[in-house]
Amino acid sequence: MTERNLICIACPRGCAIKVTLDDNKEVVNIEGATCKNGEEYARNEVTHPMRNLTSTIKVTGGIANVAPVRTNGDIPKELLFDAMKVINQASVAAPVHVGDVVIENILNTGIDVIATNEIA
Amino acid sequence: MSKILNYDLVVVGGGPAGMAAALSAKDNGIPEENIIILERSDRLGGILEQCIHSGFGATYFGEMMSGPEYAQRFIDLVNETKIVVETDTMVLNLTDDNQVICSNKEDGIYAINAKAIVLAMGCRERPRGALDIAGSRPAGVMSAGAAQKYVNIDGYMPGHKVVILGSGDIGLIMARRMTLEGAKVECVCEVMPYSGGLQRNIVQCLEDFDIPLYLSCTVVEVHGKDRVTGVTIANVDEKMLPIAGTERYIECDTLLLSVGLIPENELSRQINLEMDPITRGPKVNEMRETSKRGVFACGNVLQVHDLVDFVTQESQIAGKGAAQYIKGASEPKYVTCKGINGVRYTVPQRIDINNQEEVKIYFRVANVYKDKRVVVTCGGKELWNRKKLKLAPGEMENVFIKPEDLAQMNEGDEIVVSIEEA
Repeated sequence: MTERNLICIACPRGCAIKVTLDDNKEVVNIEGATCKNGEEYARNEVTHPMRNLTSTIKVTGGIANVAPVRTNGDIPKELLFDAMKVINQASVAAPVHVGDVVIENILNTGIDVIATNEIA
Repeated sequence: MSKILNYDLVVVGGGPAGMAAALSAKDNGIPEENIIILERSDRLGGILEQCIHSGFGATYFGEMMSGPEYAQRFIDLVNETKIVVETDTMVLNLTDDNQVICSNKEDGIYAINAKAIVLAMGCRERPRGALDIAGSRPAGVMSAGAAQKYVNIDGYMPGHKVVILGSGDIGLIMARRMTLEGAKVECVCEVMPYSGGLQRNIVQCLEDFDIPLYLSCTVVEVHGKDRVTGVTIANVDEKMLPIAGTERYIECDTLLLSVGLIPENELSRQINLEMDPITRGPKVNEMRETSKRGVFACGNVLQVHDLVDFVTQESQIAGKGAAQYIKGASEPKYVTCKGINGVRYTVPQRIDINNQEEVKIYFRVANVYKDKRVVVTCGGKELWNRKKLKLAPGEMENVFIKPEDLAQMNEGDEIVVSIEEA
């Protein structure tokens, strides 16, 4: 049995969570999570950590050089830098609207990258 | 004066606080065309425009979004109304009889007579000049928020090898952001023995990228002539003075400062509002009315918040208070609020005992506390008592005062929030 102490990042409350794993690294207990998202975060964190990625993407023909973007779901933590490469090689033409999909299915994760601001 | 206009409500600042206050005043019965928002930037949204990271809206909307998305929700709501928005417009002066003097390119300098005013100017970062760091003045020293604007709005990386002084949330967020964009963040130095940022940001911005956080450590010298070439950092003692012999040199081309936020209250001081020396914002009652009747304050100009969700909630209160005042409010009878035993301040600082609704008192603590109780008393009578596993200066706390408790108080009584043994 091993224990992992985590600070939940699912929301800004930052709950302290204790996860207990058995010798096969299976989660047997989660303590301290105050919501469903926290429990899911804790389970993922000790098995395959996931993160939301936010960045900017190059905009052509707009009033701004870049538009802010985010993944519309979490992606594996180890893919963050690879995903940054994909985003930094891409560009999008203005106008950009909140929620526009700017990159589909990034790195075959099933997750899209969406714009998060209006760029005229 | 090129013209004089008349509005029921003038809102100074079009960030999340100003927008929520304006919308709330409308929802509480002020005709929308009689409400005006004055914003000095070219668009509504305030600082949220450059806060592209996620984590906004978890409390208020129950979903996670980025800063611009959170702002856009309110921009859309404002645009659906006839609330008047003047961007690129700077408020220059407030007068004692609630006249707002402002200026923009089209109208020059003009005046607006207001029945009520909501101050929602936000805050700004503490600058280098406030820190007394020795060394020359090379390029590459900037606030974390300035770097955030360069990277997120302009699409420009201001440096490649970075040291961050101060562990406020913006500094932590920028440590991650610049790392993702290819910079090497050498370390974050925090002069206090604890971080001023949210725990989750230590985890997802520093630990995720193996960026060291040095507590009780500060920058004592900046090196470089034209551009920063490095900094000397040193540990500090309990009086926050550098300890001789602990100095070490770190090569870098950029020093980011994330050393606190200061409410932007130049206008408040012009009309001599009573100020709280701890929050550096005006003292307010439970509706966020300042010491001057008809003038309200909300958001980061009142107290620096951790989360925009709470800014929205506070500003809705201010908007409602302004609406009630415009429609004719009774003379208040105040009890005062104060914090002791490690409670640094409370907002509001006074409460009208005629208030018929539950009042939420926000406060911050002076140190990190574990396994304590937050206790609220009035005249020796206990009104609230909650056990807290952890209290930290970086996380705003709150307690509630029930209307039935208020009804039993007398004008001049004192509500005391304190930290006690569990």
